Amino acid sequence: MSLTTEAPTDLSRPPSSLDAAFLRRALRDSLAKMSPRHLVHNPVMMTVEVTTALALVFWVKDAAHQSGSTNVFAGLTVGWLLITILFANVAEAVAEGRGKAQADSLRRTRTQTSARVRRDGQLIDVSSADLRVGDLCEVGPGDIIPGDGDVVEGIATVDESAITGESAPVIRESGGDRSAVTGGTRVLSDHIVVRITANPGETFLDRMIALVEGASRQKTPNEIALDILLAGLTLIFVIAIVTLQPFAVYSHDPQSVVVLVALFVCLIPTTIGALLSAIGIAGMDRLVQRNVLAMSGRAVEAAGDVSTLLLDKTGTITYGNRRAHELVALPGVREEDVAWAALQSSLADETPEGRSIVTLVRERYVLDFTPLADTVLVPFSAHTRMSGVDAPERQLRKGASSAVEQWVRERGGEVPDEANRIVDQIAERGGTPLAVSDGSRILGIIHLKDVVKPGMTERFAQLRAMGIRTVMVTGDNPKTAAAIAAEAGVDDFLAEATPEDKMRLIKREQAGGRLVAMTGDGTNDAPALAQADVGVAMNTGTQAAKEAGNMVDLDSDPTKLIDIVEIGKQLLITRGSLTTFSIANDIAKFFAIVPAMFVAKFPALSALNVMRLSSPHSAVLSAVIFNALVIVALIPLALRGVRFRALGAAAVLRRNLLVFGLGGAVVPFLGIKVIDLAVSALGVH
Amino acid sequence: MAARDWLYFALLIGALAVSVPLLGVYLARVLEGTPQRGDRVWGPLERLIYRALGIDSRAEQRWRTYASSVLAFSAASVLVLYLLQRLQGVLPLNPTHVGGVTPALSWNTAVSFVTNTNWQNYAGETAMSYFTQMVGFVTQNFVSAAAGIAVAVALIRGLVRSRTATLGNFWVDVTRVVVRVLLPLSVVSTLVLVASGVIDTLAGTHVVHTVSGSTQSLPGGAIAPQEVIKELGTNGGGPFNANSAHPFENPTGFTNFFENYLLLLIPFSLPWTFGVMAGSRRQGASVLAAMAVLWAALSFGAMAAETSGSHLLGPGITQHATATVVGGNLTGKEVRFGAAQSALFNSSATATSTGAVDSASDSYTALGGGALLTNMMFGEVSPGGVGSGLYGMLILALVSVFIAGLMVGRTPEYLGKKIQAAEMKLVAIYILVVPLAALSLTAFALLWPSARASLLNHGAHGLTEMIYAFVSTSNNNGSAFAGLNGNTGFFNIALGLAMLLGRFATIVPVLALAGSLGAKPRLEESAGTLPTGTPLFALLLTGVTVIIVGLTYFPVLALGPLLEHFVAHA
Repeated sequence: MSLTTEAPTDLSRPPSSLDAAFLRRALRDSLAKMSPRHLVHNPVMMTVEVTTALALVFWVKDAAHQSGSTNVFAGLTVGWLLITILFANVAEAVAEGRGKAQADSLRRTRTQTSARVRRDGQLIDVSSADLRVGDLCEVGPGDIIPGDGDVVEGIATVDESAITGESAPVIRESGGDRSAVTGGTRVLSDHIVVRITANPGETFLDRMIALVEGASRQKTPNEIALDILLAGLTLIFVIAIVTLQPFAVYSHDPQSVVVLVALFVCLIPTTIGALLSAIGIAGMDRLVQRNVLAMSGRAVEAAGDVSTLLLDKTGTITYGNRRAHELVALPGVREEDVAWAALQSSLADETPEGRSIVTLVRERYVLDFTPLADTVLVPFSAHTRMSGVDAPERQLRKGASSAVEQWVRERGGEVPDEANRIVDQIAERGGTPLAVSDGSRILGIIHLKDVVKPGMTERFAQLRAMGIRTVMVTGDNPKTAAAIAAEAGVDDFLAEATPEDKMRLIKREQAGGRLVAMTGDGTNDAPALAQADVGVAMNTGTQAAKEAGNMVDLDSDPTKLIDIVEIGKQLLITRGSLTTFSIANDIAKFFAIVPAMFVAKFPALSALNVMRLSSPHSAVLSAVIFNALVIVALIPLALRGVRFRALGAAAVLRRNLLVFGLGGAVVPFLGIKVIDLAVSALGVH
Repeated sequence: MAARDWLYFALLIGALAVSVPLLGVYLARVLEGTPQRGDRVWGPLERLIYRALGIDSRAEQRWRTYASSVLAFSAASVLVLYLLQRLQGVLPLNPTHVGGVTPALSWNTAVSFVTNTNWQNYAGETAMSYFTQMVGFVTQNFVSAAAGIAVAVALIRGLVRSRTATLGNFWVDVTRVVVRVLLPLSVVSTLVLVASGVIDTLAGTHVVHTVSGSTQSLPGGAIAPQEVIKELGTNGGGPFNANSAHPFENPTGFTNFFENYLLLLIPFSLPWTFGVMAGSRRQGASVLAAMAVLWAALSFGAMAAETSGSHLLGPGITQHATATVVGGNLTGKEVRFGAAQSALFNSSATATSTGAVDSASDSYTALGGGALLTNMMFGEVSPGGVGSGLYGMLILALVSVFIAGLMVGRTPEYLGKKIQAAEMKLVAIYILVVPLAALSLTAFALLWPSARASLLNHGAHGLTEMIYAFVSTSNNNGSAFAGLNGNTGFFNIALGLAMLLGRFATIVPVLALAGSLGAKPRLEESAGTLPTGTPLFALLLTGVTVIIVGLTYFPVLALGPLLEHFVAHA
């Protein structure tokens, strides 16, 4: 994830929630959201609004022939019911507000520029808004790239900070996997020709704005299913409360509409109903903060369900290049001598492998590191496959073992059997053996190997605990792949992988009912990215890959796939936990309101008033206030998400049931009691 | 509760613990239709039935066909039962010479037996002929029970099969359950009851002269087999008005124990069957545990309430057990059973949708009666009726899985089947039907003066009598609290409606759900899958049953049994 904070539109820096302007906007939005036209998308809160309106009407209607204290109570109850709806809207508005602020700054990037377009063999100036797919535009140093496209001619450095927040320029060139450019980014050097691949209004930046703003947000499958359950629970309480009045009438103690509505609103799952959409928006937002753009909420949910991760070895599990791992001295040679010769002969090797040898020697050995005097450096070449140094009286070489052996034999030396044995052993374990020679004598062997990034083994173990299988994909031969797979701790590997192999693997996993996530950047990856349930395209990748995937990682960090899975899970966990909390709350609310309703007529029912609430009015009002306040209290949790732990499902369930189930049952007993004390102290009775 | 009551409770649990795994496995074999030793005995009889009814026993049905079969079979059964009652005066086997039954009562009774409710707005010994009881009612006691099991099995198949369009064959399932399970168990149990003194005769009423010089009319009838299937199929409709309190139905402490055992046997075995068919006994065990916990808790509540005596009996009357006195609230109870065993029987019968009674529920203490009512309010899932209890509990398992599945961060799965919007819709319908029927019909009846006139009592106890009737019928229990004159035009029709809704407006969504689940692939389990075969899940399932289903009735419980109790003990 990008740590740069100086960039113009850094997505990873959310606007502060304490920002006054931000809060003002959220409050204004939440008032606008009181409109039934908006609330109709939220069945629970819509029901609250309708019944509150009913309560309001009856409060006004009955005001004339009711006592003052009853009128005050009814008014306060109706007021708090309205506040309940407002709080639900605040939650949604705050969640949306963060995205809106980000969208605003992205919009500033989407200024219209003029593009030099090749048409009919001529260069003409066209507004970027008039570009069409297929147009060829010339872009020079300092120019803003007018639209999304592929570089078809030339190579240039491009500043993509407007999109990624990363200020270091990147290279974009025609052909290959680094040809995609994004409209709104700036060419720093050189000239390129870009073929436009998206019409204005459909560009990456447009989609990004729509996404962070939540304009195109659609309910995800699990959200819809949860909505149905919540609507079902709401309907049950419609039945329970509507039929309660006949029971009350039979018992010669009819209830006021205000009290019935209060009981109803307290019982239906308002907590989760109020926070559901905020949780969804915040989940998407958490991805955006990590510089990942999900093209749909569905993909985020799918990420939580993933049971197989396909991870490219290079760049994800291991560093991009092999590194020196150890030096093995041949019999009769001091290890320090091997180290010294390896160091000297690698000084001229600028490849990452060569540099890693220098690093290894400097870290592990105490030697005289001064270079030899009067030497000629022999740089590494693909032809000789060796590098070295020629001093007046000696020639040091380091390189591919076969090349060095050849070199030694040409100089009349012998290759000891021991050298061959060590070379074979290293190759066997998936490493690359390099030989070091001094003149006609082989001194020792350098063991180069893929280095697994630190912490990967632990992460794979965590994933396994979460029930996710990791499959390493590599072009290496099976032997090498097996060695690295074992070291990294992945569950399986795919060696000598072709794009077709990847596709087959994905289809096979999916046929077994498993959801697959993968990352990819090349055009070759596009079919697999499209087939995978979660396909994360690297921003540095080709347009085809970005089109095929359902997420784009602006940082182009394939390791982030694991974070994405966790965010997906966290989204579901937050929804489930708050649903449980909401439902568990009902026990206390029943015990607060039901005795209060009937205790005047049937004093014996005060036995059910287990919280010893001070008066019927105060009891009802306290439950309503608790119900409203709990929404506000949970907004931070809804936005942040329930803390995710990489544990097995059984452990997560035990924990969350304890916190949100048992907690949800107990907290309202305490909360309502405390509010009752406050309310009665303020004189409501 | 005295030590002997605890022992009795423990013996019953022990007897069930031994039988449930055996019957559970046997039921699974029967329902899976795998070749087995019994084929040589039962095969020919089954083939005869298939041939007679034109059933292709190998043809599997899609959910719609399965549901249509249930509905068509039930509709035909209602019609036959209706006609039998209307025409019983001219039909054979009528030694007591009873006439035809009125249209409204015939309809109510026909619906009642077809829906496995067995609500009785009549007294069997005076209103129904032997023919109606033996041919009409007993047949329904067998097939309505088998139909319930068939629907539960269709749901199990939907859960355990991967990508299937079909759920089995309703006709085959019903036939196999009747032939291989209910008939053999009934024959053996009938012999046990006859040996213990339950009557079994085709003779009519005996008039006897008592030692005090008066005459008594003693009813007859083929009681023992009716009694067995009444309990075994969780039907509850007794041949006599006094039901299992009648000495000819339930003469001794042993028969009381045996009948109590019979009515719990199949409902508790079916979750075990489910575990076997799902390939994981633990899955069955967690469902069974949730059922057992609720049953045991409320049964204990009822027993404790009844043994502690009634406040209505004034001071000076000893109600606690002594060496010579049974003790407890004996009003409306048979002295040969005592307060605790009676309460356990009625509690088991309300928890299993049997509805049989060996004591008068209306005379229970407020809390004892409230416990019986609460058993039914949980939606008949603890363990519920044969079949219906299991599918009811599986529906609640889906709700639990849905909530808990989200809590572990995965699209909820049960047995590897994803629970999504389509399933939740059907689950929501299922959960809504019974409260809608029970609460709205009760509310309606309370508002209608002529319906309210049927109540024996007023105030809190009257409310309990009214809600009990509708909760009982809409949950297809059939237990009568008494204290309500149900044989009126209004109640015959309204209670009939409650029974129909409670049975078929739930079966259709259950089968639709089975179809929808069946079409899905069965995903492999992993460490990320919510474990459902655990004590924690059983606890969650219990909690969901209490909070989502039970709490809906809290206001009416507060105004009924709880108010009555608190007023008495204020």
